[in-house]
Amino acid sequence: MIPLSFYLILSAAFFSIGVIGVLTRRNAIIVFMCIEMMLNAVNLSFIAFASFFGDSSGQVFVFFVMAVAAAEVAIGLAIIIALFRNKLTINIDEINILKW
Amino acid sequence: MEIKSLLNILPILIISLSILILILIEAFHKKSEIFIYWITILTLIFTTFLSLITIQDQSLNFHDTIESGGITNLFYSLLLIISSLAVISSKNYLNRMQYHHGEYYILVMSAILGMMLMASSRDLMLTFLALELMSLSFYVLAGYHRKVLFNNEASVKYFLLGAFASGFLLYGIALVYGAAQSTNIIYITREFDSLLNKPLFTLGLILLLIGFSFKVASVPFHMWVPDVYEGSPTVVTALMSTSGKIAAFSALIISLYGSTASQINYETVSKIIALLATASMLLGSIVALTQTSLKRMLAYSSIAHAGYMMIGVAAANKIGMAGIIFYLAVYGFMNIGAFILISMLETSMEKRLTLDDLSGIYKTYPWFSAVMALFMFALSGIPPFGGFFGKYYVFISAVKADMTWLAVIGVISSVIAAYFYLRVVIYMYFRREGENQNLYATAAENFIITVCVLFVIQLGITPGVFLNIITRFLP
Repeated sequence: MIPLSFYLILSAAFFSIGVIGVLTRRNAIIVFMCIEMMLNAVNLSFIAFASFFGDSSGQVFVFFVMAVAAAEVAIGLAIIIALFRNKLTINIDEINILKW
Repeated sequence: MEIKSLLNILPILIISLSILILILIEAFHKKSEIFIYWITILTLIFTTFLSLITIQDQSLNFHDTIESGGITNLFYSLLLIISSLAVISSKNYLNRMQYHHGEYYILVMSAILGMMLMASSRDLMLTFLALELMSLSFYVLAGYHRKVLFNNEASVKYFLLGAFASGFLLYGIALVYGAAQSTNIIYITREFDSLLNKPLFTLGLILLLIGFSFKVASVPFHMWVPDVYEGSPTVVTALMSTSGKIAAFSALIISLYGSTASQINYETVSKIIALLATASMLLGSIVALTQTSLKRMLAYSSIAHAGYMMIGVAAANKIGMAGIIFYLAVYGFMNIGAFILISMLETSMEKRLTLDDLSGIYKTYPWFSAVMALFMFALSGIPPFGGFFGKYYVFISAVKADMTWLAVIGVISSVIAAYFYLRVVIYMYFRREGENQNLYATAAENFIITVCVLFVIQLGITPGVFLNIITRFLP
């Protein structure tokens, strides 16, 4: 059986990749995808814990997180489209009429 | 058993039900915004009374997931009163901006539902869901006028940073779950001392704190605050800077202390919170000195106020907890008053008000400037007003918890902050009159401002009354 720590390290690695992506990429959609990756990395640790403990509440949590992530996608893309219609760009560096 | 639980969470159910009804009305009736406005206000007022009436019977519902009564209902009524003030002012403001639609109230109501669930949740799963419900509604509200670039920009920034921060919060919850094998806050806080030996738990707690620091607008996730507060419609800013902060602090307090306040001894976490508090107080007060835009200045002041409240969290004793709740109430009333005064001067969403727009305004609008000056004095913490006692209780709690240095930094930063609050007063009274300003004051706005002024003065003259109520319900 694969030990729990392997899953946790994998999930931590995914999470870090997501964080680095958010901090370095400038396209709003890609930043958003990196955020989704952070959420999914967390899901991985939830599932790993849940199956390790034999406790179902961690798995239930994952379903809730997926639902929230879906809602976030709906709202996030709508917001980004609204910005694109006015500004014709989704590069975060160019979104600067308010001082960033 | 479950029926009783349903009855206990009646305030939440009423709000949820009214959201569903409002969505149906909005879908099937054109031009229904006035109707929806009145239903929203009546629901909010009714729910406020309901939660005040049922404040005595405390209980845990649905397998220790939702608490009702006691401190939860106190938070409910605080949130509902302050949000309804923001809602009442919205109608005229949105009409003036020619963007008055029914969905605004639906979104505000779902944000309020999220906040109420945050205050009542005793399970990290529910806390996360409630926080997301509140945040998702606020993301949309920040970009409410979709043809105005300011709104778009505020909403994109709020959304990206907010989702980023909730990733951290969620990872924190996952690690806490991994260490405690449970997401129940009451269980976790009971086992706090033994859990703190696990590095996984401490790490999770720190990530949780970072996630919450976004929602309460304190360092390290404060970058969004000035941009979002400035870019959003002013009524929305008023709502999210007050109710949003109250809800986030209630969730933060609850997830750190659960129902067993003041017995927990957690030094590492306390030190980290103290550091966050110091950084936000100093950063907020110092950067606000350089701001000329009014909303931006208030945004930095909001960061500083989050820092003062964090002192109470770091002190982790009973007077600290009571102090935070007192502070939140006062802060809510004075901040909503200040933002609504600013909204009364705005002619369009593109125009950003600066200090110059206020110069010499006391000649044309003496009452406006008197009330604005009152809120500024209250925000800077000058004695006869409520803001002073908020700070006082929080500082006292730091001294009692052997963190006198934290109180000293708090006092220093209040002195720095007094400069930019008083600068507003100086511009209003001692500068030559600027261009002609229009003040859009109607009965609704006058009513809200009167309520805010009364509460701020009342909390300043007889602070003991409210403090007694709070301490009675604290565990």
